[in-house]
Amino acid sequence: MSKYRSHILVCVGTGCQSQESNDLIEQLKHELKSRGYEEEIQVVKTGCFGFCEKGPIIKILPEDVFYIEVKPSDAKEIVEEHIVKGRRVERLLYEEPNIQKRLEEQHDIPFYKKQIRIALRNCGLINPEDIREYIAVDGYLALGKALTEMKQEEVIKLVKDSGLRGRGGGGFSTGYKWELTYNNKNDLKFIICNADEGDPGAFMDRSILEGDPHSVLEAMAIGAYAIGAEKGYVYIRAEYPLAIHRLKIAIEQARKYGFLGEGVFGTKFNFDIELKYGAGAFVCGEETALLNSIEGGRGEPNAKPPFPAESGLWNRPTCVNNVETFANVPPILLNGPEWFNKIGTEKSRGTKVFALAGKVNNVGLIEVPMGIKMREVIFDIGGGIRDGKKFKAVQTGGPSGGCIPEELLDTAIDFESLKEIGSMMGSGGMIVMDEDDCMVNIAKFYLEFTEEESCGKCTPCRIGNRRLHEILIKITEGKGTKEDLEDLKRLGEMIKISSLCGLGQSSPNPVLSTLKYFYNEYEQHVFNKHCPAGVCTALKKYEIMSDNCKGCTLCKKVCPVECIEGNTKEAHKIDPEKCIKCGACFEACKFNAIAK
Amino acid sequence: MSTIKSLDELKKIREQSLKKMELRTVGAEKDSIKILIGMATCGIAAGARDTLSGILDEIDKQNLDNVYVVQVGCMGYCYAEPVVQVNMPGKEPIVYGNIDAKKGREIINKHIQKGELLEDLIISKSFHRV
Repeated sequence: MSKYRSHILVCVGTGCQSQESNDLIEQLKHELKSRGYEEEIQVVKTGCFGFCEKGPIIKILPEDVFYIEVKPSDAKEIVEEHIVKGRRVERLLYEEPNIQKRLEEQHDIPFYKKQIRIALRNCGLINPEDIREYIAVDGYLALGKALTEMKQEEVIKLVKDSGLRGRGGGGFSTGYKWELTYNNKNDLKFIICNADEGDPGAFMDRSILEGDPHSVLEAMAIGAYAIGAEKGYVYIRAEYPLAIHRLKIAIEQARKYGFLGEGVFGTKFNFDIELKYGAGAFVCGEETALLNSIEGGRGEPNAKPPFPAESGLWNRPTCVNNVETFANVPPILLNGPEWFNKIGTEKSRGTKVFALAGKVNNVGLIEVPMGIKMREVIFDIGGGIRDGKKFKAVQTGGPSGGCIPEELLDTAIDFESLKEIGSMMGSGGMIVMDEDDCMVNIAKFYLEFTEEESCGKCTPCRIGNRRLHEILIKITEGKGTKEDLEDLKRLGEMIKISSLCGLGQSSPNPVLSTLKYFYNEYEQHVFNKHCPAGVCTALKKYEIMSDNCKGCTLCKKVCPVECIEGNTKEAHKIDPEKCIKCGACFEACKFNAIAK
Repeated sequence: MSTIKSLDELKKIREQSLKKMELRTVGAEKDSIKILIGMATCGIAAGARDTLSGILDEIDKQNLDNVYVVQVGCMGYCYAEPVVQVNMPGKEPIVYGNIDAKKGREIINKHIQKGELLEDLIISKSFHRV
């Protein structure tokens, strides 16, 4: 029999693979075979579904049943119950915590309800290692259309009209960038895909490359045709082995089918793509540093102008676009700019992919229309804060974005609105923090990162960030003064206006935004020598409130240094001299009698 | 294979590949026909496995791309296994009883293709699950 009657899609993204999804595939195949079902049920590897929190994920079609947290040992039950007897495996269905109901189908799950998937359209639908599946979902159709039916100017105009803006964080009009490169006449031009995703906790580009590599290759070919380039590079960090592996396969297949190489689609257009590996420096995500790195030089940015569109790689006109930007191009070409214009806001068209991380219930990869409120993303899609804790802040835009407090949660997510409140879109990291996070400590953490990643070429960034970091260390150790707070602000603003590249121009954002929105926490650290969240060890204080203490002796039992005194059924006391601030008593107390 | 040199060649490959992918979209479409086959222990014991293979084979032969087959659990008609239910969009579900592979093919040819009900095999024309 030639036709499968059912497909089992199994996620093989990095997240799910680390949870043994490859074993799961083997087990499923084995179970199907042993029952003589291998002819009619197909097990398909596919890209990220985005619901990483609940991985490994499998989806059974055509019934469209969605199972979560599937282990290899579950394969037997899935085949016996679902495939053979047609009964749902209840315990593996997603249970919506708010209504205590198990949901069968993916589109019922609140996590997916508010999402529109354009860049991630094929992730979790096709097998990324099979070009024919990509072709089946209209793959390479946009390239064919562009090459055989459109002039270069028409392609550029179409992308310009769509209002697509750079998804790597710059927010620069993609069509306009293409136009600039097109206008610079030269016998040799380059198109480059920036896959040097460096934000901690962000994995948008990686998921696209792992789940749908062909969409990026196709868009690069379209862009190359539009600007008149014959050579493309994908600059990808070497820490993404799976994405590299899939890209290599995809490039191989695209060459075989003639989508890369000479005379693509029987036209005069020649184009080929090469991979370049980055060593993982954060600054190499900046386009001029990236170009230097490809040339074999140091990954340091250059002053602009000249922009890469005039003089980029090997001093030739070069266009650098981000992975997600590229992933949007084929559907725009097929559906037209009007379709894309209908999604999002007036100035920020389309959708944006975010890696939702931190203290939310549903950690994962999401794609939402621009203009959606931050509150919707965190509470509807993200399912609210873990363990019923209180929301404190959300940090957008990676290590150099700002922290946004609760009162601004109704801000729309688009390039301008985020900038206005002292954060930025960035490449799409979104980290949620709750009451247990100390904002001063968070600022310190990010400064540690940017100080480490600063390339050192310009003084404000090299020395300024180091000073910022030192002041923050001082404050968290309880040695801060009023002048320090003023210095932080002055120095931060100075670094912003005098740094050479985007790294330095945005690195003080976490400090400046926390100063603005969480000034009281700084005051507590500096004037009361107290860390309200109980994170900064030097400023922790544990105290027993005698009114609440029932004298149950539990805290006394768990204290490793025996610094708690008190008799049964009488209020206890902590000796601050002996206390090592480990927090064991706080965790143990059942009566909320211990204050941080 | 030789490389693709025109849009038409690409569309040809697309058509071929689409056949393999159909299932991933057909379930989500509203106007597709759904055939449910009771495959609990009782159904399997009564030979539902053959029924299923027969129906699948016939769908494949007829090249039907808007029909998909789902295995379901017990429907409660133990006396009439194997049980097959046909859900046509916008119509009441029809439940057939005692369907072997041959009758299964008949369902495809008559009910699905021509819209003729196989009256003497029907065990329920309308039922409402509570």
